[in-house]
Amino acid sequence: MSLSTRDVTWSIGGRRIVDGVTLDVSPGTVVGLLGPNGSGKSSLLRLLAGTRAPSDGQVLLDGVDLARLRRRDVARRVAVVEQHAQTELDLVVSDVVRLGRIPHRSTWSPESDADRAAVAEALERVELTSMAGRSWHTLSGGERQRVHIARALAQQPQELLLDEPTNHLDVHHQLDLLGLVRRLRMTSVVALHDLNLAAMFCDRLVVLKDGAVVAAGTPSDVLTPTLIADVYRVRAVVTAEGPGGVPSVRFEPGAPRRGGGPGPS
Amino acid sequence: MAAATATGTRWALWAAGLVALVLSIAVAITIGPADLSVRDVFGVVGQHLGLGDAGVSRIRDGIVWELRLPRTLLAAVCGAGLAICGAIMQSLLRNPLADPFVLGISSGASTGAVMVVILGVGGGIITLSTGAFIGAVVAFAMVLLLAAGAGGTPDRVVLAGVAATQLFSALTSFIVTSSADAEQTRGVLFWLLGSLSGAGWVDVVTCGAVCLVGLVVCITLAPALDAFAFGEDAASSLGISVRWVRLVLLVVTALITATLVSAAGAIGFVGLVLPHAARAVVGPGHRLLLPATALIGAIFLVWVDTVARTVFSPQELPVGVVTALVGVPAFAVILYRRRGPA
Repeated sequence: MSLSTRDVTWSIGGRRIVDGVTLDVSPGTVVGLLGPNGSGKSSLLRLLAGTRAPSDGQVLLDGVDLARLRRRDVARRVAVVEQHAQTELDLVVSDVVRLGRIPHRSTWSPESDADRAAVAEALERVELTSMAGRSWHTLSGGERQRVHIARALAQQPQELLLDEPTNHLDVHHQLDLLGLVRRLRMTSVVALHDLNLAAMFCDRLVVLKDGAVVAAGTPSDVLTPTLIADVYRVRAVVTAEGPGGVPSVRFEPGAPRRGGGPGPS
Repeated sequence: MAAATATGTRWALWAAGLVALVLSIAVAITIGPADLSVRDVFGVVGQHLGLGDAGVSRIRDGIVWELRLPRTLLAAVCGAGLAICGAIMQSLLRNPLADPFVLGISSGASTGAVMVVILGVGGGIITLSTGAFIGAVVAFAMVLLLAAGAGGTPDRVVLAGVAATQLFSALTSFIVTSSADAEQTRGVLFWLLGSLSGAGWVDVVTCGAVCLVGLVVCITLAPALDAFAFGEDAASSLGISVRWVRLVLLVVTALITATLVSAAGAIGFVGLVLPHAARAVVGPGHRLLLPATALIGAIFLVWVDTVARTVFSPQELPVGVVTALVGVPAFAVILYRRRGPA
């Protein structure tokens, strides 16, 4: 068991952003979280990370309610990569990665060998060792996301949550970054916009609409023209021509022809 | 090996910083009429600590022990305290323009002070500094309630602070223009701009104790402050209880600021700019940044106050005026040398 939710709901200002979501993330799988803007992907990730408390229902980590765990203990298990985390501070790459050691260090203790080793290993795994001394502000978008992944790895988590990590990246860096996430072989939940990337890199997909799960399963099960019409209100042709036979989605102009979708109203 | 050398260098730097502070205080005390030497200063201090007769005349002993030493120590404490509060506010609110007065504290203090001095609130029992302290706490409570009611995010805290500052400044101006005579106005204005001229040992001990406790609390929370580098969500995902840390730090900085303002008036610039100077020297990690900020702030204000009381002697300048006049060019140099991508 890893992360799971039981009928979890999160409301703010009387609006239900996440609406009765139940899902189970199997250890070692990469789960893609899909859905249009405002469908609740980011909010669901925050609930999974425990940085927001559910209004109703439960988020479970190995079967234990997240609300009963200390924030610090959760941070040693679950690491988060936000979509566009920025700082005005004059930090270098290794400073940022070192932030990942905060949940592991006690208040007055200096940096330990274990801390240094974890930082070095994290930099190694994202292939940024040579850039450890570079200033954050001189990095490209792709490099910044890798640094954040390294920081997350320095937390030595078992679960990795990524909120649209490929936003603002060019195609090369999108593929590069998701390939990296894949190679980490960690239990990951990744919010994504691009359906083809989701099909290529995720074991399972969960599709949200208006805060609720409307489909879940393997990419081939989930990515159908009907679902895409219903959720994204676009017309799509789906073939099995993606790499390794995964679904490949091609969009077509015009309103969707069929499906139970509400249409463009 | 490299790490061991770095640690050694670091300790040497701290030692050098502390020596610089002690020497600054000793030398600053000698400056001014009465022709004292550093030796006299240490002699007087030793004598009062029971280390034998220094052979200094009673008048000069009085100048050192009753006037200049408490004043210089209070300058050091205020400089350290205001600079730490500025560093905390900037990190906590993720705003490089935040300073200890961003929570409306100085304007609340000034309203409290003028109510005591000009309107005679408290019937002579409440002193100017007590009035200022109460005013500061009331303003801060108002800012906190307003900010909490609006969601409690950093930008709401800043906006609530701006609102409170405007309100209390208006109240102060209203009271001053409607009720004060020229003499009172001048006195209040002088205090508002910051003045260490009334410093006594009680101020030194009170402010020193509050700052010391505050500094320890803040250094305890240094890792949490580091975690705020990428915002509150990032801090939370690093295991920080954001609400709790924010509340503790806001209250601690507010109390430090209120205590200092009630003793020495609203000395500007120190809390806004010196944290940036400290970051340029030791980097953004708070475990080093906070003590370094305190040290730089203390040394800075000791010298600034010395300038304030001596350049136009016997006329004194408000120390807040000199902090800006001396500090802005210094800060311009730092900004210029650190220019780069931001």
